[in-house]
Amino acid sequence: MAGDGSVKLIDEKGIRLDGRKVDELRPVNIKIGVIKNADGSAEIRMGKNIIVAAVYGPRELHPKHRALADRALIQCFYRMSTFSVSDRKSPAPSRREKEISLVISNALASVILTEKYPRTTIDVYLQVLQADGGTRTASLTAASVALADAGIPMKGLIASVAAGLINGQAVLDLFDIEDQKGSGDLPLGYCPVLDEISLLQLDGVFTVKQFEDSLNIAIKGAKDLYEIQRDALKQKYTDIRAEVEVPEKPKVEKPKAEEPKTEDPKVVPKPVLKVEKPKTEDPKPSKDDKKEVE
Amino acid sequence: MGDKYIISEIEKDHILSLLEQKKRIDGRTFDGFREIKIETNFVEKAEGSAVITVGDTKIIVGVKATLGTPYPDSPESGVITTGAELSPIASPYFESGPPSNAAIELARVTDRTIRESHCVDLSKLCVVPEKHVWILFIDFYVLNHDGNLFDAAALGAMAALATTKIPKVKVLDDGSIEMLDEKEPLKIDHHPVAVTCYKIDKYKIYDPNFKEERVSDSRITIGFDEEDRIVALQKGYQGTYKPAEIMEIVRESLNVSKTLRKELMKSLS
Repeated sequence: MAGDGSVKLIDEKGIRLDGRKVDELRPVNIKIGVIKNADGSAEIRMGKNIIVAAVYGPRELHPKHRALADRALIQCFYRMSTFSVSDRKSPAPSRREKEISLVISNALASVILTEKYPRTTIDVYLQVLQADGGTRTASLTAASVALADAGIPMKGLIASVAAGLINGQAVLDLFDIEDQKGSGDLPLGYCPVLDEISLLQLDGVFTVKQFEDSLNIAIKGAKDLYEIQRDALKQKYTDIRAEVEVPEKPKVEKPKAEEPKTEDPKVVPKPVLKVEKPKTEDPKPSKDDKKEVE
Repeated sequence: MGDKYIISEIEKDHILSLLEQKKRIDGRTFDGFREIKIETNFVEKAEGSAVITVGDTKIIVGVKATLGTPYPDSPESGVITTGAELSPIASPYFESGPPSNAAIELARVTDRTIRESHCVDLSKLCVVPEKHVWILFIDFYVLNHDGNLFDAAALGAMAALATTKIPKVKVLDDGSIEMLDEKEPLKIDHHPVAVTCYKIDKYKIYDPNFKEERVSDSRITIGFDEEDRIVALQKGYQGTYKPAEIMEIVRESLNVSKTLRKELMKSLS
């Protein structure tokens, strides 16, 4: 963190180089189910970041002696592609990648109901295709959605975003240049449903007051991001609905679709079963499972 | 950390029931530290070194300085790199082999405390821009693990750095470097310390011994400089925190940091 003032990162009106306000997220786009072979997957684009998350599991763990007798092991593998940054990154796993994998694993393990799958592993692969600052937080955000897509029961989704300091001011979601020129970085992983912090790191120089401001701005950002995660998950089912309902006669089918259980079994068309899916699966990561553990 | 570190349920219950009565297994207060001893200049061949003991936790830190080429994006800055080894010599739970994730985390968190505090002015480590700069390797070897490695490692690293002496050099006409016998002390501008707060159930304690550390749900390590600024932070393990809890820990840890800095300065005077 150089912290030099050679580049003006925020203008007099509080507008940043890329036109955002201090507490505004970069444009975020999350797409579900981008990797066919995976049990669950998601792609996140946040600013110029492009990251793919894929979930495999719960599945058997090798070597077996690493298995946990009473719960699933959560293993994350955060990797940066060689071409994702300006100077080619060495393909060998760096200490940075290992540390990030560790903190992301810890964060996800705090919300996954791991005790449901003893002796197994749930593997989460995170591949950074293009890096633009804040890749660890975007990776955690995507991982969380990919786990929901895989149907892994969780107490809630984790939304993750960093706050940072620019000229002593707390700013949300730093992009590449801000990250390099700013004087501090505070990545946060936060579960809005539980109001719990599951990932927190910091480097740079913060006074206690600046730290508190940054933490608050990051929590607010995470709440905004959480809505985008939920919308992306809902979108998946909206897409399925659109796909399966096309061949049906929409107007006649509608009242039936509302009460599928009372229907005559031979009339129950496949699409209706699929339409039912969002009702059971979508709230799962947030509300139902929270009740279950409480 | 996996499940290989076994502690019996009965022992865990014992620790918890004591905490409920505001007591700890070795009789300390929640923020009470074990005795801290710092011995500097332990290894003559190293440019700087320190042995730190906190209770039965013992870490040796050595600093080696070599001339090398700077990173292309910072041609006028020296380099500090940090490494940690959790050697099987220190605990029946450590294994030989490449650094474990726990060792990497220990090294990187300590590195952040040192680097972000700007305790060493990296520009002063530059000999010839773009060509020759000093590279300081700070390496920890844990000799006995009885909990709280993060705080001990940071104290040890600062003590070792503060006693580091670097050879004087002469730049010859052909651009090569001649190393002189005379050495000069490395200038230290700040004295950061790391404080780790461990959470067991709803209780927050400092400086846990191995058993207390083992039953902890989560921890937060915070690096503070002498101006009470936060220079590094790392949440560890799988437990979580409420936002208000974090601020409470920051303020509490800040107080603890002053005690630790006193110990550090005492060893350097």
